[in-house]
Amino acid sequence: MRLSSETLRLLVPALSLAALLAGVFWLQPRAMSYTGLNLLFNLAVPIALATIAQMIIMAVNDLDLSLGTFVSFVACVAATFLHDTPLLGLLILAASIAVYAGLGVVIHLRNLPSIVVTLGMSFVWAGLAVLILPAPGGTAPTWARAVMTAKPPLFPMAIWASLGVAVLAHLLLMRSSLGVLIRGVGGNQRSVERAGWSVVRARALAYALAACFAVAAGIALVGLTTSADANIALRYALLSIAGVILGGGEFTGGRISPIGAVIGALTLTLAGSFLSFLRISPDWQIGAQGAILIAVLALRLALNRLEKGRAR
Amino acid sequence: MAVSSDLPLLDVADALVRFGEVTALDGVSLRMMPGECIGLVGHNGAGKSTIVSVINGGLTPQRGQISAQGQPLRGYGIALARSLGLRCVFQELSLCPNLTVIENTRLMHRDLGGAGWRVRARKVIAESLDTVFPGHGIDPQATVGTLSIARRQMVEIAMAFSTAGTAPRLVILDEPTSSLDAGLAAHLLAHVRRFVGAGGSVILISHILDEILDTASRIVVMKDGCIVDERPQGGFTHATLVAAMGSTARAAGARRSAAAGAEVLRVDPPRGLPFRAARGEIVGLAGLGGHGQTEMLLDLHERHSPNWWPARTPAVAFVAGDRRLNGTFDLWSILRNLTAATLPDLSRRGVLDRAAEAERGTDWQARIGIRTPDMGLPILSLSGGNQQKVLFARALSGRAPVVLMDDPMRGVDIGTKQEVYATLRAEADRGRTFVWYSTEIDEMTLCDRVYVFRDGAIAAELAGESITEAAILTASFAEAAA
Repeated sequence: MRLSSETLRLLVPALSLAALLAGVFWLQPRAMSYTGLNLLFNLAVPIALATIAQMIIMAVNDLDLSLGTFVSFVACVAATFLHDTPLLGLLILAASIAVYAGLGVVIHLRNLPSIVVTLGMSFVWAGLAVLILPAPGGTAPTWARAVMTAKPPLFPMAIWASLGVAVLAHLLLMRSSLGVLIRGVGGNQRSVERAGWSVVRARALAYALAACFAVAAGIALVGLTTSADANIALRYALLSIAGVILGGGEFTGGRISPIGAVIGALTLTLAGSFLSFLRISPDWQIGAQGAILIAVLALRLALNRLEKGRAR
Repeated sequence: MAVSSDLPLLDVADALVRFGEVTALDGVSLRMMPGECIGLVGHNGAGKSTIVSVINGGLTPQRGQISAQGQPLRGYGIALARSLGLRCVFQELSLCPNLTVIENTRLMHRDLGGAGWRVRARKVIAESLDTVFPGHGIDPQATVGTLSIARRQMVEIAMAFSTAGTAPRLVILDEPTSSLDAGLAAHLLAHVRRFVGAGGSVILISHILDEILDTASRIVVMKDGCIVDERPQGGFTHATLVAAMGSTARAAGARRSAAAGAEVLRVDPPRGLPFRAARGEIVGLAGLGGHGQTEMLLDLHERHSPNWWPARTPAVAFVAGDRRLNGTFDLWSILRNLTAATLPDLSRRGVLDRAAEAERGTDWQARIGIRTPDMGLPILSLSGGNQQKVLFARALSGRAPVVLMDDPMRGVDIGTKQEVYATLRAEADRGRTFVWYSTEIDEMTLCDRVYVFRDGAIAAELAGESITEAAILTASFAEAAA
């Protein structure tokens, strides 16, 4: 049977997630419960949202290094303004989304490398976050808390939320005209231009859409942790990139997979728990997490080669 | 807008386009009438692609007027051109490889949006594919990147002829048959005739002259940015068309040495004639751009350079034509750019001998005539021609016995060219071998031997006095589809 290349791309992250999950269940059968699954995966929800945000930026051949500090900034806004004065909080978040759209415009018009611009912006977001919340604290908005701790039937919230994020991102990016336009810019910018579209607009839309998902990530994170800290999500910048690549996306060429990206984010979260269950000392955990990442990516590369060989 | 059959669909008058010092279009006027297929022919750099860019709105001429239906147009651009029913199939494929055929259709047709666009787009492209290439067997849900080159081209052509909102009225086909086999090409040309018969207009560019002679109702010949000849169908034969593309008067070529040195390069490609080059020989690679010359150079480079550890004496040196992309180090000085390839020769135990480097710089500055007061100035302070001289000096100052040149004279003024030609000849006499790809026929007449490429293989070998513009043109343009 010949699998389509898209299916093949989804297979690696899906199988790695299944393998890790099987390992966790084998080591700790009690994790195989409603509460167990929720504990394993609830921190994956904000990471999955941030991964989708990163994926949208990568779909237009850019990279966002400021995602970690931006999510931290949003978390700080959510734990202070959004809780105390919701209207002002919403205004601040809307303005930050507009800033992202502006970044897209500047990067396109001035032909700047997105890595440099977003690296610079990461200090801006980090500074704003510290100004808003100099010391860890704040209170999560009650509705965010309620959503993240809800107990829906069948599966825990973490699973439903991940599914919801995956489906929403899939519809937005793989099924809608806007998604086609964004991926088209990544695939062949010239042909999009020749067809009479405004690439500046497309890039601004992509950045704004990414910012929306990043804002959701920040609010979800505060909903889980109840309070915020200016450094709460620093790891997200690199975690999200790893999640996209793990899920079958590419750095260039507009090849992305929203469902794969969510699975990638879940895999990354689970890898940490898996190592704890293995009783690997925390000193070695980060290294071991890297080893898992390298193993999965090597598998991806091997499959890519297979795919290329078949195309000829 | 109502389309009248006696008013031109589009009328370009007196278009002038300059890129820096180079005049790409020198006052070209072209009128496209409904029900007409214009065959556009010319050699490299004749201005075909430039006039196409002007017509499709991608390039605004510095001078000239574009009008449609007899009305002058203001602010002519891609969007306006598309709304007039203009469609373009480019030589290099311009679909998004990461999207499916249906999604590409959506991108091409801006009016397809709204709920259920996938169904509509699928219908549009499937209908067009069925009309142009009956029995094509292409799945509209396939990702374009997974299709073969021929199928991608078929999709692109069908896309140009498809209707969604604005109907196509003027379709530009730039080498549309380059990756289609004879059967598919026949389907396409039959469709072109049908389309023209129904009142559409087509501009056809092809290196296969018989396609032009059979299909075009009017043939326009371009050379050096001008239209040099224009006749209705039947006004040209294969021979007169080739003759019209060439120039009538030309300066005599440089002296040619009887190359009898030892063979230094040999390639036996699977198709076409074998490639040979001897010591002290200047071998030219000619033909239309993109027919396999650059691939041959890269192949030669790969065969003769170690792929793991650099050799002490390099076997080949490479002079790139695209300076900005793979030639100069923009942030470095002229001297550093010159010596970049030969640093091991100028250093002792891994430490660079600055005095030797400076000496080599002054030596080559004098030998090849780099016009600068100070070799320490940044490379970008030089004119394009002088930058290219630095790249030549980089290759020639090394010990490599073979120099590969990938269209190195692109955008270089004539004076600089003459100086470099003299240096090349002198170096060849000292025993160096040059393999020279150029898009300019005049340069090929300076070579000892010339291989003419067509469709990725060597189609002809010319030597000595038989290297003439007419012979190269004849070999570059095939009689019929291969």
